[in-house]
Amino acid sequence: MRYIRPLSIEDAVGELAKAVGPAAILAGGSDLLVRMKGGFIEPELIVDIKRIDGLGDITETAEGFRIGAAVPCAVLGENKAVRKAWPGVVEAANLIGSKQVQGRCTITGNLCNASPAADSVPALVAAGAKAVVAGPSGKRTIAVETVPTGPGRTSLAKGEIIEAILLDKRPEHAGDAYLRFIPRTEMDIAVVSAGVNLTLDEHGAIKTARVALGAAAPTVLLVEEAGQVLVGSKLDEATLERLAKICSGACRPIDDKRGTIEFRRKVAGVLARRVAAIAYKRAGGK
Amino acid sequence: MNFDPRFSGRKFASVGTRPIRPDGVDKVTGRARYGADFNMAGQLVGRILRSPHAHAVIKSIDTSKAEKLAGVKAVITAKDLPDLTDGDAAMHDILDNCMARKKALYDGHAVAAVAAIDARIARQALKLIEVEYEVLPHVTDVDEAAHHHAPLINDQVFTEGLEEKPAKPSNITKRTQFGHGDVHKGFAEADFVVERSFKTEQTHQGYIEPHACVASVNADGTADLWVCTQGHFVYRQHCAQLLGLEASKLRVTSSEIGGGFGGKTHVWAEPVALALSRKAGRPVKLVMTRDEVFRASGPTSATSIDVRIGARKDGTITAAEATLRYSCGPYAGSWAEIGAMTAFACYKLENVKTVGYEVLVNRPKTAAYRAPSAPMAAFAVESAVDELAKELGMDAVDFRIKNAAQEGTRASYGPVYGPIGIGPTLEAVKHHPHMKAPLKENQGRGMACGFWFNFGGQTCTDLNIGMDGSVSLAVGTVDVGGSRASLSLVAAEELGIDYSHVKAIVADTSSLGYNDMTDGSRGTFSSSMATISAARNAIKILRERAAQTWDIPVEDVHWEKGHAIAKGEKYGNLSPLSLKEIAAASGKTGGPIAGHSELVADGAGVSFATHICDVEVDPETGSTRVIRYTVVQDAGKAVHPTYVEGQYQGGAAQGIGWALNEEYIYGKDGRLQNAGFLDYRIPVCSDLPMIDTQILEIPNPNHPYGVRGVGETSIVPPLAAIANAVSNAVGVRMTHIPMSPPRILAALDAEREG
Repeated sequence: MRYIRPLSIEDAVGELAKAVGPAAILAGGSDLLVRMKGGFIEPELIVDIKRIDGLGDITETAEGFRIGAAVPCAVLGENKAVRKAWPGVVEAANLIGSKQVQGRCTITGNLCNASPAADSVPALVAAGAKAVVAGPSGKRTIAVETVPTGPGRTSLAKGEIIEAILLDKRPEHAGDAYLRFIPRTEMDIAVVSAGVNLTLDEHGAIKTARVALGAAAPTVLLVEEAGQVLVGSKLDEATLERLAKICSGACRPIDDKRGTIEFRRKVAGVLARRVAAIAYKRAGGK
Repeated sequence: MNFDPRFSGRKFASVGTRPIRPDGVDKVTGRARYGADFNMAGQLVGRILRSPHAHAVIKSIDTSKAEKLAGVKAVITAKDLPDLTDGDAAMHDILDNCMARKKALYDGHAVAAVAAIDARIARQALKLIEVEYEVLPHVTDVDEAAHHHAPLINDQVFTEGLEEKPAKPSNITKRTQFGHGDVHKGFAEADFVVERSFKTEQTHQGYIEPHACVASVNADGTADLWVCTQGHFVYRQHCAQLLGLEASKLRVTSSEIGGGFGGKTHVWAEPVALALSRKAGRPVKLVMTRDEVFRASGPTSATSIDVRIGARKDGTITAAEATLRYSCGPYAGSWAEIGAMTAFACYKLENVKTVGYEVLVNRPKTAAYRAPSAPMAAFAVESAVDELAKELGMDAVDFRIKNAAQEGTRASYGPVYGPIGIGPTLEAVKHHPHMKAPLKENQGRGMACGFWFNFGGQTCTDLNIGMDGSVSLAVGTVDVGGSRASLSLVAAEELGIDYSHVKAIVADTSSLGYNDMTDGSRGTFSSSMATISAARNAIKILRERAAQTWDIPVEDVHWEKGHAIAKGEKYGNLSPLSLKEIAAASGKTGGPIAGHSELVADGAGVSFATHICDVEVDPETGSTRVIRYTVVQDAGKAVHPTYVEGQYQGGAAQGIGWALNEEYIYGKDGRLQNAGFLDYRIPVCSDLPMIDTQILEIPNPNHPYGVRGVGETSIVPPLAAIANAVSNAVGVRMTHIPMSPPRILAALDAEREG
C-alpha cells in the first residue's frame, strides 16, 4: 500500500488517474479507515487531500459559500455565517458519528461514501448544493444529488475528486432543517431521514421548497412533488398531510436490520411534516 | 476450622463507608492492564478462521498453502486438539465449540487457526486455508427449532426428562418441571385468569473489552496463560483438561476485566491460543475482534414463554403456570430450567407449575448473562401479573404485596425462604415519591419485581501482615465490580485498622488454592466470608504473640480496635499492643504473621428487587425514552454502598438496552446481520436517565455481616418494568422484547386498525 499527501489538486488528480490498483481518497478517514480495519477494502493507493491548498477552507463569495472538501464537520459547525444561512445543513453535518468523528469527518466524504443513510446528504440535496469536481479533463460543477448512484457507488470518473461543496447565498425569509430517526439519541445511523429547504414570500407563503429523504431508497431522494405541494401554502394541516403522504409514497425502502419497509414509509412522512415545520419557522413563517 | 459464619449484629467502623477503590487510579489514567495489554518477547499473533455457514459438515480442511506462507509459524485444526474429554459430555461440548470437529454449528464457529509473526500475515494465512463444506439446512428461531420437523442439529439428542424415552431425536434436549399444589384446582377457583405468550430476542452481555489472552507453552511442557476472565481457576481446569496438562503445570493470571457479566465464565479462544503456542513453540497472543465476540462468544437465550395466572376477586392468586422455551445454541444447557425456577419465585403460591424446554438452535453457544434466564421469565410473569391486577381493578403494587413471598413461604422452585426482601422492596416502592410523580401526555409508568438465587461456592484467601503492620490480601475471585475495595474494607473491619493499610490483589492460580469463578453474585459474599475467616485466624496468632510477649495465657488476651488487650485487673499495668507493634516484633516472636482461609461459602441469601420506570413514547414513530428509573433492592449489608449502587445502576442500564433495542438479528441465510455496536444497539450515556437507587438491608443470617450478593438481581425486573411502562403509555400490551420502534409502531397500528 502506498500513502501520498499531494500539495496540489492537479497532483492528486494525476496520481489517482494513473493508479493501477484500487485507490482511495483520504479526507477525514472516518469511513475509509473503518472499512480498511474491518478488512472490507485493501486499497493499494491512498491519496490524503488534507494538505491541498484551499481544501481546508470555508470561503464566503458573492454567490454564497465554498466549503473545501477537507473541512471537518466540527469546523463547519463553528462557522457562524454558514450556521446562520444554512442551519439545516450544519445540524445534519453535526449528527454524524460522535464528537470525535465530527472532528474528522467531512460533508464531501459523507457525499462520496454514497450511503443512502448519510446524514448530511438529504440536507445538502434540499439546499440545492453543488459539488465542484476536479478531474483529468478539467473542472465541472454538478448538483450533489447526481453524485451518489447507488449504495457505495458514485458518478465520479477515475481520477476525479470533489474539491468543494457550494451553497447559495440566502435571500430573506429562508430556512432549512434536517431530522433523522434513530432508535438511540446519538452515535447512530439514520433509519430514515428528511431534509427541507424553504423560501417564503413577503406574506409568509412558501415561494420555493425542496424536500429530500434519506435511507428511503438506494440513494438519497429529491422528492420534487413534495416540494411542489408546499409552494403557495402557509403549512396548514391539509398541506402537511399531503406532504406526509407524498413522502411516504415516494419511498422505495427495504426491510433490513435497521427497520422495516412499513416503518420507514410511515416515519418518512412523519419526519417530513416535522422538519417542514422547523424550516418554516426558521424562515420566519408563522 | 471453627469459623462461625452466622450473622451477628455489630457496629461497623469500615464496612459501609465509601473509600476510593484500589484499582481506580490505574483505570482512569489508562495504566490498568487488560487482557490485550500483556505482551511477551517473540509473541505471535493468533487468528481464527470461522464458518460462514450456520450449519455445515466440514468435509475437508487443506492448510498446506497457509503453512507455506512466510511468517506463518503454526496452523491448527481440530486434529491439534485431540479429544481428551473421556466421556465428559459438557467438556466435549466446550472442546467442539472451541474448534469445530465434524460440523460447523453456527455462523462464526471456529474451524481452524493460525499463528503468524504479524496480523497482516495471519489474515492472509486465513484466506489460504481451504475448507470444503457441505451446507445443511439450519434453524435459528427457538420456536421453529422446537418444532418436530425442524432441521436436526444433533441426531444423538433425545429429549431427557420425559416419562418415556422418545423414539425420535429432537432439538429439545431436556424438559424440566417445578412447582407444587394442583394448578387445575387453582384455576377452577379463579375469578379472573390472564393468559399470554411472550417472546424475547437474543442479547449479548456487551462487555466493552473483547476476549483476549497471551498463551505460552514452554519447552518443558509447563504453560502460562494471561487472560481476561471471570474465573482463572476454572479456565485453568478447562484448558489443562483440553490440552492434557496437569492443572498445576498451567499458571493462569487474570487481567483487569472490562466487563464480563457471565460471558467470561467459559473458555472460547484460550485453548486454541495454547494449542497454537504448543505447536509454534512461541507465545501467542489472541484477541477477538468485536465481530468475533458477537458471532462466537456466548450471548444469552432467545425465549418463547407462555404464562397463565388466575386470581380470586379479593386479589389472591389461586394458580400460576408457565411454559418456557429457551435457546441454548447448538449445545445442551440448563437455561430454561433456571427460568422455570425463577419465574414465580417472588410469590407465595398454593398452586404453581413451571415447565422448561431446552432448545438447540444454529446460534452461538448460550452463556450466562447476569442472573441468566431470570429477566425473560420475569418479563413474562410480571407482564401477566400487571395485566391481572388491572382486570381485578387493583393497584399493581398492592396486588403484588398481597401475594408476595415471605419468610417461611415455600418457593415455587422448592426451598422454604428465610428472611427475604421482596415485601420490604414493594413497601419501599409503594411509598417512594417516584410513584406519586405526575405524568404527562404519552408517558407511562411501570413497575416489576425480580428474584435471583445468588451463589457461594469454593473460596480461598490469604491475608499477610507485613513487618510494618500493613496488610496484603490475596483473593482468588476476579474483581468485576469493586470487590478489592469491599474486601479491603472487610479486612480492615475485622483487624480494627484503617482501610488505607490494606491492599488487596487477585492472585494467580499458582499462588492460591482453588476458587470458583466470580459468578452468581458471589465475589463479595464469598470472598468476604473467607477474608473474615482469614483475618480471625491472623488475629488468633496476633493474640498468641501478645500473650507470649506479656507471658500471660492467650485466653486473657482480647482483640479490640486493632490492639491486643490484656483483660483482667491483674494486667492493669499492661498497655495494649497495636497490630503494628506486634508485626514489628514478629521476627523474634515466631516469624511472619498470616491468616488463611479455605471454605465453601454456603448460605448465599436470595435477593429481591423492585423497579419503577417512567417512559415517554412517541406515538408517531414508536420511539421510547426512559425518563425516570428507580431501583429498590435488598443488599443484606452494603459493604461499599457506592459499588452496590453501581451494580444496581449497571443492571438497570443493561436491562433498558435489552428491553428497547438490543437483539441478535439473523438473516434467512442463518448469518448474524448486526455483529457490531453500530447495529447492536446498547444504550449510550444520553439514552439513560440518572438511575436512582435505594439500598435495603435485610441481613443474610448465613453471613457474619449479613451480606447478600447484589450484582445480578438488578437486571431481572427491567424488561418487565419497561414493558409495563410502555404498555401503560400506549394502551397496548407489549409482548415481544426488544420493544424497538418498528415493533411498537406496528403494535399501535394494529390497535388503531382494530
